[in-house]
Amino acid sequence: MRNLIVIILGMLLHAGLLAQSAEQKGLQIAKEADKADQGFESTVANLTMILKNKQGQETTRELVNQTLELTEDGDKSLIVFNTPRDVKGTATLTFTHKETPDDQWLFLPAIKRVKRISSDNKSGPFVGSEFAYEDLSSQEVEKYTYKFLRDEKLNGADTYVVERYPTDPKSGYKKQIVWWNKDNYRQEKIEYYDRKGALLKTLTYDEYRLYLDKHWRAGKFEMVNHQSNKSTTLIFEDYEFKTGLSEKDFTQNALIRAGR
Amino acid sequence: MKFNMPAIAGLTFLICAIAVSTYAQEEPKLYKEFSAEVELNNRFFFEDGSFEGQERNYFSIAFQPEVYLEWNEGYTSFKFTGFGRIDQHDSRRTHFDIRELYWQKVKGNTEISIGFKKIFWGKTESVHLVDIINQTDQVESFDGEDKLGEAMIHLSQFTNIGTFDFFVLPYFRKRVFPGPEGRFRTPIVLDGDEFEFEGDEDEFRPSFAFRWSHYIGVFDIGVSHFYGTGREPIIADFSTFEAIYGVINQTGIDLQATTGPWLWKAETIIRRNDFQDLFAFAGGVEYTFGNIGGKGLDIGILGEYLFDDRDELALSSLQNDIFTGMRFAFNDIKDTQILTGAIFDLERSSRIYSLEADRRIGNSWSVEAVARVFDNISSDEFLTVFQYDSFLEFAITKYF
Repeated sequence: MRNLIVIILGMLLHAGLLAQSAEQKGLQIAKEADKADQGFESTVANLTMILKNKQGQETTRELVNQTLELTEDGDKSLIVFNTPRDVKGTATLTFTHKETPDDQWLFLPAIKRVKRISSDNKSGPFVGSEFAYEDLSSQEVEKYTYKFLRDEKLNGADTYVVERYPTDPKSGYKKQIVWWNKDNYRQEKIEYYDRKGALLKTLTYDEYRLYLDKHWRAGKFEMVNHQSNKSTTLIFEDYEFKTGLSEKDFTQNALIRAGR
Repeated sequence: MKFNMPAIAGLTFLICAIAVSTYAQEEPKLYKEFSAEVELNNRFFFEDGSFEGQERNYFSIAFQPEVYLEWNEGYTSFKFTGFGRIDQHDSRRTHFDIRELYWQKVKGNTEISIGFKKIFWGKTESVHLVDIINQTDQVESFDGEDKLGEAMIHLSQFTNIGTFDFFVLPYFRKRVFPGPEGRFRTPIVLDGDEFEFEGDEDEFRPSFAFRWSHYIGVFDIGVSHFYGTGREPIIADFSTFEAIYGVINQTGIDLQATTGPWLWKAETIIRRNDFQDLFAFAGGVEYTFGNIGGKGLDIGILGEYLFDDRDELALSSLQNDIFTGMRFAFNDIKDTQILTGAIFDLERSSRIYSLEADRRIGNSWSVEAVARVFDNISSDEFLTVFQYDSFLEFAITKYF
């Protein structure tokens, strides 16, 4: 009798999963992925950006990225350039919001000026790289709608393949396809499709490391633009978690100090 | 440029002493950064100058060394930025300055700095009305964006209702004007050192300033007040260029609204003193077409209206003018940028056109081109003395 109940329960559960639409399942995976990384509080990392043109010539930029996790609203971040030397000290402060446009300030060290800038141009390239501003901003669940596509094995890992559609009409993308690792919900790959629906870029994550037994961070991001044949590699080093940073380290005064 | 050497030496000693003593008490992990810039610059003027002694071509070399130290997990720091330019002809444009030399400590939401600093206030692009803390480096550039380091005690408090900044500015620095061989000069060579202070005042009369700034949704707002020796000399008579540094009270408001691709900007000041009251306003918009054609090019269109009730006594000559500009940001790996602008006088024939373009070469060089053209300058405004000073400038900078 008990076995029968288990079997019936199992069938019901299975039916429930089947009844879940592809949209619901996609959203559920995105939420799970978001939850899996909650609680990092703050991070600091050094970032090297290697830009490659069609001919394979390289240019390097070094920056420091500080992030403060907020749950009720989007995260706050402070990015400071160290090289190239002519832009050393240039810094941005971003307050991401889940539903309204992000607030963003730019510090220009030569004239010590803080300028509020429009976050409207999210599809534009970040400092000449193949990363658009929107690729680098905090990936809040609410910024997309979702559709589960399939399960797939990617480089030996079991993944969920989910399509997501930016809710912001100003996004440069019609859709993105994300490969989420089933074991730990880390992203393994993202394909970006332009407004016409053509494949524009592929981002692959590499050299993942686990921090504080919970937070997976890739050491290397490789973005390839299929239309221009240019690519950008991001290398993250010296990751620190729970650094003790708080709101006071993400103010306009902190932005000026970061720019030195 | 003249320095009050004992004052500078004393202050430098004081700041270093504070830095050393706090360093000794605090977290000894020290972060050090030394850097420098060297610029080769050539300014070519299209026409002979209005006055005897002026040249057509000016070559100059500028350098800017920097030292930055931080400890106490970055919450205490010391910064030095020096500046010097050696000009081929103009002995006054050959000048040296301490742009920054300060010690800073941060505790929670409070920040205190002591020393020479540079502070920028404001929102508009064509003029910077509310920006009053630092004296203008008049020999460095015509646009007034270069500033001298200003001695101060600066306290900044961040709160939930905005940031409150308090300044005590114990020492006043006079403006320096181009010499006999220099361009952008008046018929009579101005000796800035000879301008008197109001009454019995001197350089050591302290000035005080306060500013509240905040952001609420799409708005960024600043309200400021300055009481002390005005940075701009008050020209009493344009025939003799007799001028005086008066004690002023200046209240300023600056506001920006950021709505999608539109930036709405405004600044206004009211300045009062015994010789001349002033009301000035600047306001306008900037609209950016972002990532045009998916190629990364951003084009910004700017328009600002400028008003200054001093009329022909305004040193800026921007008494009732329109500024229009276009900003091109290519967002390429060389950070190529071009800014073009034009200022039209609504009452007179005067026009000023400008172009600024720059890009990086390799990883540690950059090049810049600047052009300014004075067109049809009306003879009844101050600007008339610069009517033949249209120029084209090239600069190349190496970063160490």
